[in-house]
Amino acid sequence: MSELRYERVAFAVMFVAFAVAPLVIYPNFGMQLLCFALFACAFNLLIGFGGLLSFGHAMFFGMGSYLAAHAALVWGLPIEIAILTGAATSAVLGAVTGLIAIRRQGIYFAMITLALAQMVYFFCLRAPFTGGENGINSVPRTHLLGLVDLNQPLAMYYFVFAIFLAGFLLIHRIIHSPFGQVLKAIRENEPRAVSLGYRTERYKLAAFVLSAALAGLAGATKAMVVHNASLTDVYWAMSGEVVLMTLLGGMGTVFGPVVGAVVIISMQLYLAELGSWVTIAQGMIFVFCVLAFRRGIVGEIEAFLRKRSAS
Amino acid sequence: MSTQALFGQLLIGLINGSFYALLSLGLAVIFGLLNIINFAHGAQYMLGAFVAYFLLNKAGLGYWWALVITPFVVGAVGVVIERLMLSRLYKLDHLYGLLLTFGLALVFEGTFSHQFGSAGMPYSIPESLQGVQNLGFMYLPNYRGWVIFASLVICLATWFVIERTKLGSYLRAATENPTLVQAFGINVPRMITLTYGAGVGLAALAGVFAAPIYQVSPQMGSSLIIVVFAVVVIGGMGSIMGSILTGFGLGIIEGLTKYIYPEASSTVIFVIMAIVLMIRPQGLFGQR
Repeated sequence: MSELRYERVAFAVMFVAFAVAPLVIYPNFGMQLLCFALFACAFNLLIGFGGLLSFGHAMFFGMGSYLAAHAALVWGLPIEIAILTGAATSAVLGAVTGLIAIRRQGIYFAMITLALAQMVYFFCLRAPFTGGENGINSVPRTHLLGLVDLNQPLAMYYFVFAIFLAGFLLIHRIIHSPFGQVLKAIRENEPRAVSLGYRTERYKLAAFVLSAALAGLAGATKAMVVHNASLTDVYWAMSGEVVLMTLLGGMGTVFGPVVGAVVIISMQLYLAELGSWVTIAQGMIFVFCVLAFRRGIVGEIEAFLRKRSAS
Repeated sequence: MSTQALFGQLLIGLINGSFYALLSLGLAVIFGLLNIINFAHGAQYMLGAFVAYFLLNKAGLGYWWALVITPFVVGAVGVVIERLMLSRLYKLDHLYGLLLTFGLALVFEGTFSHQFGSAGMPYSIPESLQGVQNLGFMYLPNYRGWVIFASLVICLATWFVIERTKLGSYLRAATENPTLVQAFGINVPRMITLTYGAGVGLAALAGVFAAPIYQVSPQMGSSLIIVVFAVVVIGGMGSIMGSILTGFGLGIIEGLTKYIYPEASSTVIFVIMAIVLMIRPQGLFGQR
């Protein structure tokens, strides 16, 4: 089978799995899975295809979630506009922080994004509209386009599913566009891309803004799902979690982040009562993945299939 | 506001600056030779404080013993980490070192949170360093004066070892070209291991210094290390003296901000980082 066939089969499997998931799992849990899966896909766009490791993606997720919650609760905007407000805010934040962060690469890029995210965290801690330690609570859900009542769990689930699919397909489109190819070229060999006349800084900034906007979309949707936005969403631990999801699932693979998000979020659910064990388990998965499992779950499966079709 | 308050904030700034300097120094030394950013640095600093706490409460060994023993204990942990894990990553992208040490930081922090909760545990100031000096314009607690003095001495000693001794010259040479240094018969892998151990030991020493000031808690390192990353980006990791100067300097600026505009004190270092990156991306003391 060709690479493309595999991708189609995998997409069909994922589509069906999420479409029937509410029959098996709580819709609320399913919606969180979808939000984090989208968040991880957005992050993966940057590391997997642009070669940029951001350690501060929580700032986009969190700001998207705060602004969407604020827009819905205080401004009384309808849900779809509130979510777009969140995503747009993160895009703007991505443009500002991106301009600063892309001035360095590699390890420095990771440290800079982490530091900028911490700055945003302190901003959210102090700013009056975020509610500080309490966060923004009881965020209402309106009717979608004034028609569908999203307070029904199943309706909300499929609405979130649609958002996830839109984001996922957009990322797929970006990766396979000429723009995505240039990004890959920059990841492989930046000086060569420069020598071919590409303004690599602009491409990297564009990728950063896109990734930020999609992470914001995920955060905004999550705020609508759980009816609140809180400091957890902007904290550095959240940045670490999205790195972990992507690493475990497979960096640079199309489906890896989705698989990683499902595994990590499910693990958190089951270990939730054990408190600090979640952190310990996450740390150990990090260590294990880096030492022995660098391709991630989907990366290993792809390698296995490739080997089989070669022989 | 009074000059009393100004000097008070400056003192806090100098104390924070001591920790920034000690920690960014360790990061720079490790980065120079291993090309790894040690994300576990904050956790190892926390480990240092805990070892001091255990020494006092389980073994009855006081502060001065802790100062001597702790860096070796935690440094040994570092040596084990380097041998078992980091040494497998040198041929890979440097980002994997960052991810691995981040994972280790989570494991350390999670384990101690599990055992001790998140409340801080007090560690009392040793008797010989209690009391306060009246400097005329302000009161200086003896212990704080000692921390600033001791950090300065350790920073300068580290600078001296690296820039002015034979051992340091090997280290600098191996930073430039490890293969060539190895060809001269110097055991570079062992040097790398010991360098990591030494960097970790420095972090642990900072942890012992911090124990009486900030209390001993599992979370004491995680937010500090992010500020130290910003300090490292501002200074650039090219020079040892640069790390020291940037660390102390930023501590003082932070203290001044607390006096002039307290709302910005937690973000001022990040803002400075953004400005420096726009004007001089390689950092104040960094080379291209």
